[in-house]
Amino acid sequence: MIEIRNITKVFGAGEHAVTALQEINVNIAENEFFTLLGPSGCGKTTLLRLIAGFEHPSTGSMLLAGEDISLLPPNKRPVNTVFQNYALFPHMTVAGNIAFGLEMLGRPKAEVAETVDRMLRLVRMEELKNRQTSEISGGQQQRVALARALAPQPKVLLLDEPLSALDLKLRKEMQIELKRLQSETGITFVFVTHDQEEALTMSDRIAVMNAGRIHQIGSPRQIYDHPENRFVANFIGDSNFLNAKLGNIKDDQAELEFAAGRKVTVPLHRADLSDGEVSVLIRPEHVSIAEPTGNSHELTGVIENIVYFGTDTHYHLKLASGEAFMARLQNNPSEAEKRAAGDKVAVLMDAKAIQILRD
Amino acid sequence: MADFSLFSRRFDVKRVPGFASVALGVFVMLYMPVILLVVYSFNKGTNLAFWEGFSLRWYVQAYHNEAVQEAAFRSLYLALIAATLATTAATMAALATTRTKKFRGQMLIYTLINQPLMVPEIVTAVALLIFFAMIKVATGHTGMIYLIVAHTAFCIPFAYLPIRARLESMDLTLETAAADLYASPWMTFRRVTLPLMWPGIVAGLMLAFVVSLDDVVITEFVKSAGQETLPTFMLGQLRRVVTPEVNAISTVLMAVSVIFVAMFFVLTGRKN
Ligand SMILES: Nc1ncnc2c1ncn2[C@@H]1O[C@H](COP(=O)(O)OP(=O)(O)O)[C@@H](O)[C@H]1O
Ligand SMILES: [Mg+2]
Repeated sequence: MIEIRNITKVFGAGEHAVTALQEINVNIAENEFFTLLGPSGCGKTTLLRLIAGFEHPSTGSMLLAGEDISLLPPNKRPVNTVFQNYALFPHMTVAGNIAFGLEMLGRPKAEVAETVDRMLRLVRMEELKNRQTSEISGGQQQRVALARALAPQPKVLLLDEPLSALDLKLRKEMQIELKRLQSETGITFVFVTHDQEEALTMSDRIAVMNAGRIHQIGSPRQIYDHPENRFVANFIGDSNFLNAKLGNIKDDQAELEFAAGRKVTVPLHRADLSDGEVSVLIRPEHVSIAEPTGNSHELTGVIENIVYFGTDTHYHLKLASGEAFMARLQNNPSEAEKRAAGDKVAVLMDAKAIQILRD
Repeated sequence: MADFSLFSRRFDVKRVPGFASVALGVFVMLYMPVILLVVYSFNKGTNLAFWEGFSLRWYVQAYHNEAVQEAAFRSLYLALIAATLATTAATMAALATTRTKKFRGQMLIYTLINQPLMVPEIVTAVALLIFFAMIKVATGHTGMIYLIVAHTAFCIPFAYLPIRARLESMDLTLETAAADLYASPWMTFRRVTLPLMWPGIVAGLMLAFVVSLDDVVITEFVKSAGQETLPTFMLGQLRRVVTPEVNAISTVLMAVSVIFVAMFFVLTGRKN
């Protein structure tokens, strides 16, 4: 549906130049819920504004349904936006806002009225049709903004952190609501957020961004289970990073030796690795701890701190190599208070829990 | 009561000794003469400082005075034309200074637009007198055009300031949203920008209207023979016999100004 080819965006010139986006390549499929995830200032809004046509790329091009749209002004692109602050027209009613796009497209009056009613039903706002936009709550304004952007049936809907202004309960509701709207309308959604949990629960695919670059594109599972680099691993979920030495690469497995001791044969998910020092990711919930058996191949450490969280407990360890390690274990009554700070323990894990990072 | 001490330590000018008497003095100086002027406009006798009983005779007399009628009519139509022209120019200036990228010399443009607020009115008046005199000699034309041009010029900053304030408080993403919803630049202006800036435009128009209506100095210098406005007519009257008729005219003029300025505040104070 959208093909973004090698786009770079530089603001300003000379010594004040800011490179907001670098070498962005993305293909977004039809009917996909695609999320741009990254910390504040990484270029998410800029990429969205480029797709909408509010900014033009410094280099590169953009195709929508096979057609080059790089030079089209925003009012000629079949793309609509839900703005971060909603940007509802304060001098129009709820219905007036929703009708605006259709009127600008020159649709007949009867069709406009019919579509407005259908949109109001879609976002469950029928009763508030004739209200002024200043007389409705934030959550309701959000729905009107959605209805207004969906009414002209765009090929792509862009959403810039649409839920960030809502409180937690409303945000959860709207997350479900957005998924429902997307499947009911069949429109491609490009959704921006800096909230990893939101991205993981809602998206078909996620592009993880930092400092103007896309670090990884993949399904929520791929991104969480097989992050390509330290930034992605760190940004999504909790992570332990350990130093290790990689060797004996054979087909899809290799030998890994931790700095903290212990050798293990691990499956490889990537072909771009070679022998040498690597960084390894282990998710805190993918391990357990046990009494050390004295086996020299064990990864051992001392408990420094135990933090109780109700459903689970976090054990902060210091490994034999001096590296910090966190294990998150589910609580169950039989294990209650078995361990204390200062205990020496062994870290147990499946070889599949070990992810080798590119940097 | 820790919180209380926090608040009470803040400087409060109302507690400075003598504040109340100064404030009272200022209000008396401001409003007492005006109140007296209004009261004596209803005086039955011809005396300006001696009450002889209530009557509307001076209003009736002013109303039937052809010179007053003529001056009032000229004032109104001059103010209407000048305010309209000034507001149109100010609207365009405000759009150009708030809706474009920051450009070099923007500060200079602000200064130039607001120049009439800084140059002493008498200086502008003398300059215009000399300038228009040259044109009058060269063309032989002595119509109202000179007053209209002069009033338009000094009204522009008064119209410009409220319009610009309105535009600056407007969210730029609204126009972005309109473009996103397939509105052409012209439709964006007509359906979003213009309706939202409308209160600012009306406020600017009213302020310009009142400023033009009340002007004495520039008008006095620029007008040709027989082009009295209400304020210059009154000034002329004062040089001859003073009767409460002047009070009556003043009261009406003031009422008109107060109504327009009040509407201005209502329009600029309201949010949407
Ligand atoms: N109009 C602009 N002029 C100059 N710099 C800009 C402009 N818009 C964005 N930037 C810069 O580009 C970078 C990315 O910004 P943005 O896309 O808003 O990030 P995000 O939405 O991910 O928080 C930031 O460093 C920001 O300062
Ligand atoms: Mg942003």
